[in-house]
Amino acid sequence: MTPFHLEVRNVRKSFGRKVLFDAVSFDVRLGESFAVTGKNGSGKSTLMKIICGVLTPNGGSVRYVVNDKEIPLSHVAPHIGLVSPYLNMYEEFTGEENLRLFAKIRGIGVRQDDIHGLLQRFGIFEHRNKEARFYSSGMKQRLKYCAALLHRPALLFLDEPTANLDDIGIAVVREVMREQRQRAALVFATNESEDLSFADRVLDLSRLKIG
Amino acid sequence: MKTALKSLLVLWLTAVIIAGIAVPMVKSPSGPLEFPVIPGLEEKARNIFFHVPMAWTSVLAFFMALYSGVRYLRSKDQDHDLRSVSAAGLGMMFCILATVTGSVWAKFNWGSFWNWDPRETSIFILLLIYGAYFVLRSAVEDEEKRATLSAVYSIIAGVTVPFFVFVMPRIMSGLHPGSLGDEQGSGPVVQMNMAPNMLVLFFASLAGFTLLYLWMLSLRVRTARLEAVTNTIE
Amino acid sequence: MVTPIPYQVFVKEVASEFRTRYALNALLMFVVTTLTMVVFSLGDNTVPYEILSGMLWIVIFFSAMSGLSRTFVTEEERGTSLTLRLLTSATNVYIGKFLYNVVLILAMSVFIAFAYRLIIDDFVVRSSSIFWTTIVLGGIGLAAASTILAAIIAKANTKGTLFPVLAFPVLLPLLLTCIRATVLSVEGAFFSEAFKDFQILVSFSVVMIAASVIVFEYVWND
Repeated sequence: MTPFHLEVRNVRKSFGRKVLFDAVSFDVRLGESFAVTGKNGSGKSTLMKIICGVLTPNGGSVRYVVNDKEIPLSHVAPHIGLVSPYLNMYEEFTGEENLRLFAKIRGIGVRQDDIHGLLQRFGIFEHRNKEARFYSSGMKQRLKYCAALLHRPALLFLDEPTANLDDIGIAVVREVMREQRQRAALVFATNESEDLSFADRVLDLSRLKIG
Repeated sequence: MKTALKSLLVLWLTAVIIAGIAVPMVKSPSGPLEFPVIPGLEEKARNIFFHVPMAWTSVLAFFMALYSGVRYLRSKDQDHDLRSVSAAGLGMMFCILATVTGSVWAKFNWGSFWNWDPRETSIFILLLIYGAYFVLRSAVEDEEKRATLSAVYSIIAGVTVPFFVFVMPRIMSGLHPGSLGDEQGSGPVVQMNMAPNMLVLFFASLAGFTLLYLWMLSLRVRTARLEAVTNTIE
Repeated sequence: MVTPIPYQVFVKEVASEFRTRYALNALLMFVVTTLTMVVFSLGDNTVPYEILSGMLWIVIFFSAMSGLSRTFVTEEERGTSLTLRLLTSATNVYIGKFLYNVVLILAMSVFIAFAYRLIIDDFVVRSSSIFWTTIVLGGIGLAAASTILAAIIAKANTKGTLFPVLAFPVLLPLLLTCIRATVLSVEGAFFSEAFKDFQILVSFSVVMIAASVIVFEYVWND
């Protein structure tokens, strides 16, 4: 795995005049696992969106450095994967079509075997030709994991990793989290105390909050 | 100092308005206090001193709103949005005034209030753009989003403005003084061939209206800032 | 092996349209309804070709408005805009969506133009080269302005009704030029006579696309 570095500095987000969080700074490097926790509404999901580059902060910076070269936020797509309740699949496409589409729009080639392997691992291989609108919420969550892992991202972001999942699903997710931490790096937002055992460092947004 | 400037501006504009209305128009002017008669316009030419500066101000306001919008997009500083919306509000007011004064003038000069002359059409489009801008703003609740979307819209509307300059004269032959279809050649404003004393008054009026607009703009921006602060306290 | 990303976004739009048939069916019905109304309101009257040319573009304008307003609304409604933002850059999304809109509008305007000429006997085009050039260039310009405005609309609260209001002043120079060029095509003018109008249409599209590419990212990224 190539060395990389996610650098978050003094990130601030406010909605209107209400400040959600301010001066959030941390670093994530190869082989690390970082957890974000905090009460409901403390801004966990918002922070995840900001560091993935899909939401613009009101202040501060997010930088990705891969192989000592900075990558602009608009081009990090091939390096990151995200599982989030706010990230939806295209309902009119089947599970497999969604995965192919994701790879293509990310600009990366992908093999049939890899797609099928992931679908099997997450137990939705039999449903691969079903349109996503017929998926249950648990199956959708599994599909999101497939989409996030397909391109073997350097950084995996998980917002509420075990949401909507049954025991089998949770077991697979735990395995994925362990692997990702060893292979590359992991950032996740959660309120489950069990998940926190996967983290090297924890940031509590409710304590940090000011104003 | 500031009060002195403002009083001066009030005096200035008062003088311009009085001169614009009261200076007599004669066939052969014998001094700076008499205007020559422009054939085809006669007394109606007085509108130059009021209508043209209003139209100019509304265009200026549009570009200032556009400029503040661009600065907002670059800085995400709400203050630029306040400037943008204040400029647009005043611009719309001046645009309505210019439309009304132009329309009344058209009734006496061309016989009807509205003729879809290229210039009438252009100012009507400007009114539509202002209208669309405010409708868009009222349709967005989130402050940041409202500022961003209206700034982007003003840019998109702004880049089409040059096309009116090229398109309009090709589509319709104009009646407006100074346009191609105007046979009498009485294009006092466009060709700047007014009598020197009229030219002086015209530019005095232009300067007066521009300064009045800037003064009103600074007042509006200050009130908007105060409103923003009051809203936070609530 | 890996094709340009805007093209992938375009393919996604086409595939999605063929699955859901939302825009195509609604658009087809809209066009048929509008053309029928035009035919009924004309009756047996002889109408000047200038007015017929104008009416053609009224039909195309409102059909485009109804067909393109949902370009970005669908992504917002289904919560897939975040997905798309994660996968690729704003510019790629813009170009992909714009290309799709161009194809949709061209298909629609060509259909409308054929149907219009077929149904309305008084509308006789003498210079087909001017006529079809106008349809194609006008369609591209319509798509260029509509794409960025559809992106704005998707973020506003009142989605459908606002679209024509925002689009009309922006599109007016384009529409007036298209109507003029169509009149020339009926009059059987030489291609060179309409050349100035085509220059206006081309530069409108170029300016609109350039401005859109620059500002799109501000609208697209929250």
